[in-house]
This record gives sequence, C-alpha cells and structure tokens, in this order.
Amino acid sequence: MAEITVNGQARRVDVEGDTPLLWVLRDTLGLTGTKYGCGVAQCGACTVLVDGVATRSCQTPLDAIAGRAVTTIEAIEADPVGARLVAAWVALDVPQCGYCQSGQLMAATALLKETPKPDEAAIAAAMTNLCRCGTYNAIAAGIRQASEAA
Amino acid sequence: MPAPLNLSRRGALGLAGGLILALGLPQRPARAQAMGGTQHARKVPAYLTIEPSGRITLKNPFAEGGQGIHTAVAQLVAEELDADLASFTVETAPAGADYQVLFNGTRRVTGGSFSIRHTYAHFRILGATARAMLLQAAAQRLAVPVASLSTEPGFVIHPGGRIPYGALAEAAAALPIPADAEPKAAGTGFRLIGKPAPRLDTRAKSTGQARYGIDMRVDGMLQAAILHAPRAGADPGEVLNDAALRAMPGVHSVHRLPGAVAVLADNFWRARKAVEAAQVAWTAVGGQAVVPEDFSSASMLETLRSQADAPGNPASDTQGDAPAILRVATKTITADYDAPYLAHAQLEPPSATVRFNADGTLDVWTPNQAPEQFRAIAAREASLAEDRIRIHTPLLGGFFGRHFTYGTIHPMNQAIRLARATNRPVKVIWTREEEFARDAYRPMGFARLRASLGPDGRIAALHATTPGEGPVAKHFGTARLGNPPLDTSAVEGVAFKPYAIPNRRIEWVHVPHPINVGFWRSVGHSMNDFFLEAFLDEVAEVAGQDPLAFRRAHLAHSPRHLALLDAVVDLAGGWRRGPFAAPDGTSRARGLAMASPFGTEVATIAEVSLRNGEVVVHDLFIAIDPGSIVNPAIIRAQVESAAAIGLSAACFEEMGFEDGRPIPRNFDTYRILSRAEMPKVHVRILESGAPMGGVGEPGTPGVPPAVANAIAALTGRRIRSLPFAKERIGAA
Repeated sequence: MAEITVNGQARRVDVEGDTPLLWVLRDTLGLTGTKYGCGVAQCGACTVLVDGVATRSCQTPLDAIAGRAVTTIEAIEADPVGARLVAAWVALDVPQCGYCQSGQLMAATALLKETPKPDEAAIAAAMTNLCRCGTYNAIAAGIRQASEAA
Repeated sequence: MPAPLNLSRRGALGLAGGLILALGLPQRPARAQAMGGTQHARKVPAYLTIEPSGRITLKNPFAEGGQGIHTAVAQLVAEELDADLASFTVETAPAGADYQVLFNGTRRVTGGSFSIRHTYAHFRILGATARAMLLQAAAQRLAVPVASLSTEPGFVIHPGGRIPYGALAEAAAALPIPADAEPKAAGTGFRLIGKPAPRLDTRAKSTGQARYGIDMRVDGMLQAAILHAPRAGADPGEVLNDAALRAMPGVHSVHRLPGAVAVLADNFWRARKAVEAAQVAWTAVGGQAVVPEDFSSASMLETLRSQADAPGNPASDTQGDAPAILRVATKTITADYDAPYLAHAQLEPPSATVRFNADGTLDVWTPNQAPEQFRAIAAREASLAEDRIRIHTPLLGGFFGRHFTYGTIHPMNQAIRLARATNRPVKVIWTREEEFARDAYRPMGFARLRASLGPDGRIAALHATTPGEGPVAKHFGTARLGNPPLDTSAVEGVAFKPYAIPNRRIEWVHVPHPINVGFWRSVGHSMNDFFLEAFLDEVAEVAGQDPLAFRRAHLAHSPRHLALLDAVVDLAGGWRRGPFAAPDGTSRARGLAMASPFGTEVATIAEVSLRNGEVVVHDLFIAIDPGSIVNPAIIRAQVESAAAIGLSAACFEEMGFEDGRPIPRNFDTYRILSRAEMPKVHVRILESGAPMGGVGEPGTPGVPPAVANAIAALTGRRIRSLPFAKERIGAA
C-alpha cells in the first residue's frame, strides 16, 4: 500500500512499488487521459507533471513518486498556464487523432511554466513527444498563442 | 448484466430516453450512385436523435481517427437540417445494414479516402429529410401550411415566433418519412459546406476526456497481456513455468492461444510482467500465416528483383507497344527502385474489450475501420449469430489503414477466447512490442522502370514492372482481381498517371509476401509515386530538360494538371530547382512531384538542404485539387498530416526482418518523424469542379519523390531506395 498525491488529492494504491505510474493512473485510479504508447519513454504519450516537471510516467515507478505531487491532464485546466494552453488548442484545432495530445499538453505546460516566452529552440528542446498525425506545427502554434495570451 | 462504466452516455443497447425521430416507415430506395449511393439516405431514425434539449446525436457510418470525419459529416447534415454544428454529438454507428453507405449501399469501411466523396448526397438528403419532418410537425401543431414556415438553425420559424427543434422532435418522429425531400439546389449559398468549421471533438481531445478503445473498462473485467510466437505461425506447446506465473501478484490465469500466450490479471501491468516472464515451448510452425525461418527483408528484396523482367499482367492504362519501342530504341533509361516494409505506428496500440452477456449477446469494443467485417469475424470466433453481436467503434488513436481485418491474430479474437474461457469480461492490450511484431505491414515494393525518348524530347515509351503484392491481392484473393488479374494496390502510382506517353505498359507480377501486409496511408501510392516521379526526373535529365517543363510538356492535354502546377509554383514563390544559396547560408534545392490518388490531384514541391549527411526538409508546398470541398480547415490539416507521414516514411521508416522475425519492436529502433524534422507545410486548395476526390491520403505520395528529386538537384545523387536515412547522403 502506497500513498501518492494526484491532482491535489491523496490516494492510496495497493500495487507493487515497481508498477509504472502510468498504469497506476490508468488502471488503479481510472485516470485514462494519460496514454500508453510505447512503454519505453520514447513517444511521450504518458507525460505527466511530477512536482511540475514533465515526466514520462511509463518509466516512473510508483516507489519513485512517494511524497511528490503528480498532475495529470484531467487537472490541466486547474492551472492557469494549462488552461491557456487548452484554450489555444481549442482555438487552433490542434489535435487530429488526439491520442498524443494529453502528453503534448503536459509537456507544453511544463515548458511555459519554466519559460513563459519560449523561442523556437526552447520549444524544440522541450517538446520531444511524438505525433503520428504530424501536428507538430499546430502544437508549436498553440504554445506560441498560449504564451502570448499570458 | 454488469453495466459498462465508461460508455459515454447510454447503456450498451443505446436508445434509452430522449429519443425522437426514432420510429420510421420503410423507405423507397433512392437512385443509386456508382460508389456511394443514397439507398439509406432517408432512414432518419437510424441516424439522428434530437433530444428535448436540442442536442442532436448523429450516428456516423465512419470511424473518427483524426481525419475529422465526425465534423465533416455533421457539417453536411447540419447544412440541410439547418442546425447549429455545435449542437451535434457524433458517434460511429454500430454494424448494420442501414449504415452500408458505400458500394451502392452494400458495404461500409472507413478508408480509401472514400467517406465524404461518396456520401456527400447521402448526408445532405438525410438532413433535408429530417428538416422536412420537423417542418411538418410544426405545421400540424400550428395548423398552418408548411409553406408558411421556414427554419433558422435549430428552430422552425412561423409568423408568430419560433419553435425549437427539440420541442418538435417527438411529434416529428411519429410522422411518415417523406420520400421527396431534396437538398438545397446547386448554386444556393451554403451556410456550412465549404467553411472551415471548428472540429467537434477538439476540447475532449485537449482535456483527456476523449475515450479510445484502450480506455475501455467494464465491471468485473480481467486484463490480458499477450506474448506472440517469435515467428508468426508457431503455437505455444507448453508454458513451462505456468505455476510460477499463476503465483505472481494479481495473476488470474495463463492461457495458450493460436500463435500466442496470454496472462490474465487484475491489472494490465501485472499481466504484462507475468507474460514477459513466461517460458514457452513453441511448437513447430504450422497452420496459417507461417513465416519461413530464412525469411528476411533483404532476401525478399532480391526475390522481387529477380522477377523484374518476368512477364506480368498489364494495367488498364496500357497503350501502344512500349516493349517494342524500347527494343529498337538507340538509348533507353532503366532504373530499379525499392521501398521497405513499414509499420502503421499509430500511437494507440491495438486493444479489444469483450463481454458475453447473460442474454446471449456479445459486446465488443475495439478500434476498427469496418464494423460489419469485425462482426463477422467475432461471430465465427464466438460461435454466435451476427445479430447477437454489437461492435462498438471508439475514437481511434490513429489508424492509417491499421484497423481493417487482416486475419484472426487480433486482440478481438484473443479477448473472445479468453472471455469464453474465464466467463469474465476481458480487455486485451497489445504492447508496442507485440504490435510491431504482428502489424499488417505496408508491403515492400519494387519497380523496374524503362523509358526511351522520342525525337521531340518527350517520352516515347515507358515500360515498368512492379513485382510484389498489395493488400488487395493478399486479403481479397486473386479471384477478385479482374481479368487479367491486376492488384491495383500494387501498381497504383506507377500506373494511372496523367502524363501523355504514347507507348505505356505497367505490369504486375504477383510475388506473395510471406508476412502479413495491409493498407497504409495511400497504400501503393505511398511508394509507387516515388518510383515513377523520381524516375521521371531521371528521364528529364537525360532529355536535358527542367523537371517542371518536362512535366508540363506531358500534361499539355490537361488544363486541370497545368493549373495545379501553376498553383504549386505560385505557392512556392516561383520555380527554381537550384542549388541556390538560402538567406541562412545553407545551399538548397527544390524537387517537384505529382500524384493522382483517390480521385484527387496533387502537386508537391520540397525545398531541402543537407546537414551532417542527412537531408533537411525546410518547406513543403502542396497544391491539392479534390474537385470540390466541405471543410477547408480539415483538408489543410489532413494534407499536412499526410505529408508528415510521407516524409517520415521517406526519411526514416523501415521494418526489417531477419530469420523470419521483425527486428524493430518499439520507437527506439523504428524511427518516425519527430518535431525536429517537421518542415513548414504550405497548402493551397483548388476546386476545379471535377468529381469530388478524397483528402485523407492524397497528401502523402508526392512527398517522397519531391524530396528525392530535391536531393538529386542538390547533390547530383539519385536515391532509388527508401528510406534516405539508411545511408549518409553526403556532406554539403
């Protein structure tokens, strides 16, 4: 039994300590907005914030997040930066299939919290998530729009 | 019967409360169209529900996987129904005859870039018919003639005021369905069609609320992880450590399946840990889809090459006598081109959730592009009649051709067996590793092209041979290929080009693939247009002509294609092949290619430079003429998306096989396009008024040859084998 904090709430979970946070979120807590794409920290679909840092939850064991705050896509609009990003995503119709977008938005939230006015190089460095629909340009436009709305 | 937890709004059988427009009378068949048909266009109750709140639920025959079809179809209906687009909720329709909107009303798939172009009339008649019923209901309530009424979005307007559709829907549903309601006349101004309406699902997809198949959960379900045989065709003889696996945390049971072992557990991670610890004695291969032990992608390429001069069956656009002209030509140009097997690499791994219900029915939730075909397979696997099975089609986390039926090695078949064995609902998820090992891959392709020039500097003869096999021959069988048999999915893009070439012969030699192959965004075009359009530049070079002028000379008969070339050149700020120095100091060049996929015409210009031996694509300029359009914003997004996957395939992607086994098993070894390689994409849409073509796939095939032609202009080096990244192109 472990106690973790997800989206501001303390949650008790009864799974092995090596269980990736991704599967704790999806299966144990029913927070399916965080996606499984590769399991090896390549694609970024599973990105969440751990103490504000964009983190690939598929390679983050439950043991590693004791005492730390996890934020998932389900709570993104509770954060003003996240809310601006969602508004930009909606205004620009960024998603296509949408499967990677939870991870993209969490990575973008971490970026704008660290760097409120990112240049192209900062966007490129922070946004390493894969998108098979090729929405990369739309994502960059969404980040720029959200940063200008701040 | 346990209730599903994650269904968006209704019980599994749907159609609980708020219904309306739900009763209907049989309709007179409408006039058929060639590919689509309007046979089902007046079946309003099957498609539309208007709730008292005014919320409109539309059952779309097609699956939404990023192509925007839920929005575009709603636009067509909303235009004629006269309703707000934002009042629509769209979901994919279940299996059933009412939704067979393609092939003269007999079939339905989401694919082939078919959806809008073949249902444009269907959905407009549907909307017009529903509107007529609402008007009739209002006329009866007010005791006035219908002619005294009109509509504005969501309301019937009468001289004394207006009535919301939601207040009329129940009365409308009780009326006979009119057989004569017609959509707006041509030339009428459209309110929604042709406009860049926002997509209906963006907010859900931007807040983690969108539900995909992999997110499904039903009460009491077990989760299954799968380990397939190292080589397709082997079966598990014994799980040697079965008892140890069953003792692992949360494990429910261990199962042998055709070609695979499954572990069921109370969560997916526990199931996965256990199945990956399984020690399996695989039996000697036998049964379906056996991949030979010595099969490799390298040996397959040589097998295709060995058939490059074999006599094949000609495509239907054969004319003149190309082989005879080439035999006597003083100079011929010959080149071999090839492209590798590819994974679909849709980001959502395949899954299926199934539940046998106490009433003898079976619910299946699985990503699919063809509900009726999945239902037929489920019926065989479950030994149930088809009418006992409900196929639920969730949002697809990408598809690109992945989710047709390609045999029975599939999560749905596995889940049905496991649910039967355990008497529990079961969700099967394939890991990325299992998905890359059992995808139905884009076929490897090969072409030998031979051409000669006439005294006028134009192509006198073109003779191409494409040995291989596309998904059409693989999955539909040679009996369905016509006479002489021709697999269009193997030759499209080398054949069926618009260029005026007096002697032309494109041949197909059937060489089966020992591995499973499937449809992939633009299918044969995704490689064949690369072969032909890159070769065309080679021939132009021998002719001493500029690639643009050379294409124009072969398209003088076609104003549509000349206009398309004008448009792409204008979009690119003029044509210059290069090399030229760019403002940032790089040396750049441009390449041009054309493609004619799925009834749409496309011209593409790529601008490239080199960095550290790899190509850098700075800009893609794409002019697309789908004839006429519904939503330009969705088309732009689709063209950019299709271009990205085309560039990804051209630059990086390759599914290699050795010893009968696929080598890349995840994104660390199967590289796809990342943000770092994404070019700017400039799109111009032309509406020539030609019959409507597709838009989901046509942006793909022009990109690989445009980039290859740009590389040749920059370096003098002609790349005839994909992907580019397998060798350093040079230092420039």
